[in-house]
Amino acid sequence: MAISAVAPTVPTKVRSHLRSTTHESFLPVGIVTTFLSVVVLLPLAAIVAHASPGRSFWAAVFQPAALASLEFSLVASLAVAVVNAVAGTLIAWVLVRDKFRGKPLVNAVVDLPFALPTIVAGLTLISLYGPRSPFGINVAYARSGVILALLFVTLPFVVRSVQPVLTELDREMEEAAAALGAGILQTYSRIIFPSILPALISGTALGFARSVGEFGSVVLISGNIPFKTELAAVHIFGQIESGDMGGAAAVSIVLLVLSAAVLVALETLGRRIVRYDG
Amino acid sequence: MSIALRGVTKRFDRHVALKDVSVDIESGSLTALVGPSGGGKSTLLRVIAGLERPDSGDVLIDGQTAVDVPVQDRGIGFVFQHYAAFKHMTVWENVAFGLRVRKMRRDAIRERVDHLLHLVQLEGLGGRYPSQLSGGQRQRMALARALAIKPEVLLLDEPFGALDAAVRAELRAWLRALHRDVHVTTIFVTHDQGEAMEIADRIVLINRGHVEQTGTPRELYERPANPFVMSFIGPITQLGDAFVRPHDIDVRNIPAESSLEAMVQRIVHLGFEVRVDLMLADGRGAWAQMTRDEVDQLELRLGQIVYVRSSRETRFHSDLPSHAVLGNAG
Repeated sequence: MAISAVAPTVPTKVRSHLRSTTHESFLPVGIVTTFLSVVVLLPLAAIVAHASPGRSFWAAVFQPAALASLEFSLVASLAVAVVNAVAGTLIAWVLVRDKFRGKPLVNAVVDLPFALPTIVAGLTLISLYGPRSPFGINVAYARSGVILALLFVTLPFVVRSVQPVLTELDREMEEAAAALGAGILQTYSRIIFPSILPALISGTALGFARSVGEFGSVVLISGNIPFKTELAAVHIFGQIESGDMGGAAAVSIVLLVLSAAVLVALETLGRRIVRYDG
Repeated sequence: MSIALRGVTKRFDRHVALKDVSVDIESGSLTALVGPSGGGKSTLLRVIAGLERPDSGDVLIDGQTAVDVPVQDRGIGFVFQHYAAFKHMTVWENVAFGLRVRKMRRDAIRERVDHLLHLVQLEGLGGRYPSQLSGGQRQRMALARALAIKPEVLLLDEPFGALDAAVRAELRAWLRALHRDVHVTTIFVTHDQGEAMEIADRIVLINRGHVEQTGTPRELYERPANPFVMSFIGPITQLGDAFVRPHDIDVRNIPAESSLEAMVQRIVHLGFEVRVDLMLADGRGAWAQMTRDEVDQLELRLGQIVYVRSSRETRFHSDLPSHAVLGNAG
């Protein structure tokens, strides 16, 4: 009965024609290139141009307060990414699989951090968990306060990446696994988790990128104490305010390179996992 | 492994999917659950598998009640209409899944998976992902995966429903051959009576949540319990009060004993077979299935008056139990 697994043979002439229609469309490529250049590449180039090359560049970067702020930005963002990966997946799971009253409301609340101006988020947090907290919890001017603000603004990323994948997940896969003898834990770890992993990674990466650059929500609650609660973005702002544009640009470039490296690493990891989609 | 259902009822919200259903399935048989869409046949299969829990009634596997046995422990292989392939695993890993879950030894798994891939003619494709296979190949992979755990019952839910006609015909023949070789109790769901007649040695006809009739394909065709079964299992037309298969209508140019007068309304040539639409004297329509030679011999034309009678007919009496079939005169 063997059903042929051989790829259909396409005459060479037809194939070259296909290639020409898919690859020689200059217009869309041109538009995309121009758009990305104006919106992304030129500003990046401007930062690089601003940074004074040579010793003063490294002096600005290796200034202890700058190093401390970069380190805190990275560590805090990684911590936030990890918490988001776990909590976001749980929230997505509950929103997709559980039935409860008020689900549409909860679903809408998840997007609130996107809609709220970040400075408003900062205000809200400081009035809830600041010195005048109605609950007696004061995390203002502390690292935990910064983390809390970052968690707030990055909440939707993992939820909104994982949720559609869970919704689309073929429930029969789980039934098939059960029929083959897999218990609940085995079905989670071998079927469900690998299925949502690519979305989880990309959502986590987006949340990480966002928190590395976050400014508005943390500027109030952190108090911007150098070596303690000052994030890189806030440090850069301080340098601009004191007129040190070169130093600001230098720290910006390092921040840029670091977050780009993390994004590329996660992207590579994600691509390795989704080879089965081809 | 024999399976018996006793008075099984299953509701989904207000919809009653199964209503007091009792069915017996012999060990080693190849049974088709057939019926119109939404009639409850898939629910019945899922109750047997343990994927649905009946609201009342009992499921007996080898005489033991199995209602509280989880699907993992029922020793069944289940094949879904849309394959339910594990998309993130290779074909090989898909087939090995049940064995890995059972923590079988590695070399034993390798041996069994390779054997199964050979059996379903997918050897050499073990390293591919399901998305790189055709529909027929995916379904054969799903079959191999279900067979890997050596199930005592193989359950298939519309297994060929998503495939095109040629592949479907191939897989039907293949399933039949597989059952001959492996001899595992097999139950499959289909809405296609032709598929049921072709593959199964027993048919359970399910409609609107209850069993209309159970029997061999021939029994259902020749001794249908009621007009529904008769019309579902093959073409049907009516001469007076009698239900007749269109190929059992005898058309002549001259009157004969107990023949009815009819006028030819339409002649449709379908190759070897010719479909003749008739209008009876009482104003009701009927149709006869004839061969090209018969039509030529009678020189049938539109508007011609002919005399018809049935060589074999079935009368159903609604006040009698549904399995009481009278008639078969001829």
